[in-house]
Amino acid sequence: MKARVHVMLKNGVLDPQGEAVRHALGAMGFDGVNGVRQGKVIELDLADGTTEATVNEMCEKLLSNMVIESYTVEMS
Amino acid sequence: MHAAVVVFPGSNCDRDLAVAFEAAGAKVSMVWHKDTKLPDGVDIVGVPGGFSFGDYLRCGAIAANSPICNEVKAHADRGGYAIGICNGFQVLAETGVLPGALLRNVGLKYICKTVGLNVVTSQCAYTEGYSAGDIIDIPIAHHDGNYFADDDTIARLQGEDRVAFTYTENPNGAKGDIAGILSANKRVLGMMPHPERAADAGHGGTDGQALFRALSGILTPA
Repeated sequence: MKARVHVMLKNGVLDPQGEAVRHALGAMGFDGVNGVRQGKVIELDLADGTTEATVNEMCEKLLSNMVIESYTVEMS
Repeated sequence: MHAAVVVFPGSNCDRDLAVAFEAAGAKVSMVWHKDTKLPDGVDIVGVPGGFSFGDYLRCGAIAANSPICNEVKAHADRGGYAIGICNGFQVLAETGVLPGALLRNVGLKYICKTVGLNVVTSQCAYTEGYSAGDIIDIPIAHHDGNYFADDDTIARLQGEDRVAFTYTENPNGAKGDIAGILSANKRVLGMMPHPERAADAGHGGTDGQALFRALSGILTPA
């Protein structure tokens, strides 16, 4: 089984990389990009039976820093 | 004073920190990240700068979960002294020993230069050798030194006299111009600038010397 973890900076935390991408898109002529937020996707290949609760624990202990980031988990 | 300097794969200021402690009269033990115990009688733990574990995932995140960091955390929880410099500050923030986190510099560039720091408080073991209001020149060398914490935390740090240093000119976007902070008991210091790189005449500056000298005066030999 697999889990896909999305880690994003929380709202209110400045994302200078996203801002740089937004500027670049504007400079390339793509109008109307009001904001860009850049995050991470982490794919986990898991032993059968691993629970979503365990993946949440992994997120809170290592994969995301809860001071600045939030996460979502998709199990499949 | 007996100091332990933690070494992770990718640490690169560990020996500089050891030299600065030794110059201040400390006995220094180097401690490997896989060690599960600090040497007996350690007064202060130094978490050095560098790029522990290649800065993979987040700066300091993997180091913060290494075996020795459980011990460093326990040492701090017991009221032990610890100083984290640059990557070491990132590690201590990731362990939760210090509040907040270090984000990518606002300008997105790695910055390596000497900056001015305001000494905000002299009421802790690390800054006793300075006076509040002093301006000292200390080098920075980081890509992720932009200190972030929520507004309540920043207000608490300021209200409890736990901001040790601020930048005279904010180089990285750090909230409140914060360059270094203290734990609630003021025995743990995390700072992005490198006092160990300004601790010898050969470094081109000696403004960091007073930090290490103050420690040797306060921490009696174990």
